[in-house]
Amino acid sequence: MDSVRSDAAPPQALKILIAGGFGAGKTTMVGAVSEISPLRTEEVLTTAGMETDDTTGVSEKLTTTVAMDFGRITISPSLVLYLFGTPGQNRFWFLWDELATGALGAVVIADTRRLADSFAAIDYFEQRGTPFVVAVNCFDSEQQYTEVQVREALDLDGHVPVLLCDARDRTSVKNVLITLVEHVLVRVRAAVPAGS
Amino acid sequence: MAADRAEQLPDDGPAWWDHEAGPVVRPYMVTGGRVEPQTADLDLITHVVAVSSLAEETPSPEHQAILALTQEPRPVAEVAARVDLPLGVVRVLLCDLLSAGMVARYDPPPTDDLPDIDTLQAVIHGLRAL
Repeated sequence: MDSVRSDAAPPQALKILIAGGFGAGKTTMVGAVSEISPLRTEEVLTTAGMETDDTTGVSEKLTTTVAMDFGRITISPSLVLYLFGTPGQNRFWFLWDELATGALGAVVIADTRRLADSFAAIDYFEQRGTPFVVAVNCFDSEQQYTEVQVREALDLDGHVPVLLCDARDRTSVKNVLITLVEHVLVRVRAAVPAGS
Repeated sequence: MAADRAEQLPDDGPAWWDHEAGPVVRPYMVTGGRVEPQTADLDLITHVVAVSSLAEETPSPEHQAILALTQEPRPVAEVAARVDLPLGVVRVLLCDLLSAGMVARYDPPPTDDLPDIDTLQAVIHGLRAL
């Protein structure tokens, strides 16, 4: 925009989503690699239109607050990565649509004690065509299941990477993100005609 | 009045505000009740930056807070987090500032186009170097 000083031009921003069930470790994962303390954005949902104009006796809560935590990784002066933890509850799908639009890809955190909690996110990204990896969060260092077992339990397509991780550990989370971006790279390369 | 309601908060779980929180106002009060931004396409990572410094005709303290914050470019999500207002409210306020020419926007790449190979490789290298 010509009215702005050129040195004020912001970096290219990319978005990665961190999804998973409640308590799976989304905010922990964001915090493990973010260069800032995770920030919290809130969206207030109102039931506008569903209520009548009669406000007498309205004591029920008419609004719900949905929180999305996010963090930032500066790749270079011209490139910044934002990590967004998605709202855990399924009824906020419409917020997911906004988050997923333009996203580079997603990490689905799976908790082997509650694998089914990650089904919804996996279905969502599969249907939307968003590239994703499944990161199995090992809360205690002993892991009872292998990647193969988790892959089978989740009925994942063969090309979807599955890896074990510790959402608290920076190196482990870095590895998850690298795996995701490499997965995206394979897909983008496949879409580019040879020789071009 | 706010204090009265605080007294009545149920005991199931920690209250997120108390007497010290000051007056609690429903969030869309600051937009004059407007809930739909005029342009609904402000992505969470659309960067906004103040074009002018604080102008006298700045409509409200909330607008001023946004202008103060966007003296350097920031994504919409960060603006919302730092002014501590819901995203929807901040979008409405940002649209006011955009249409008044006080703020400029920089949009992320077009919807659902994955980044090019060079960008992806730069991200991978950058992550490895962390």
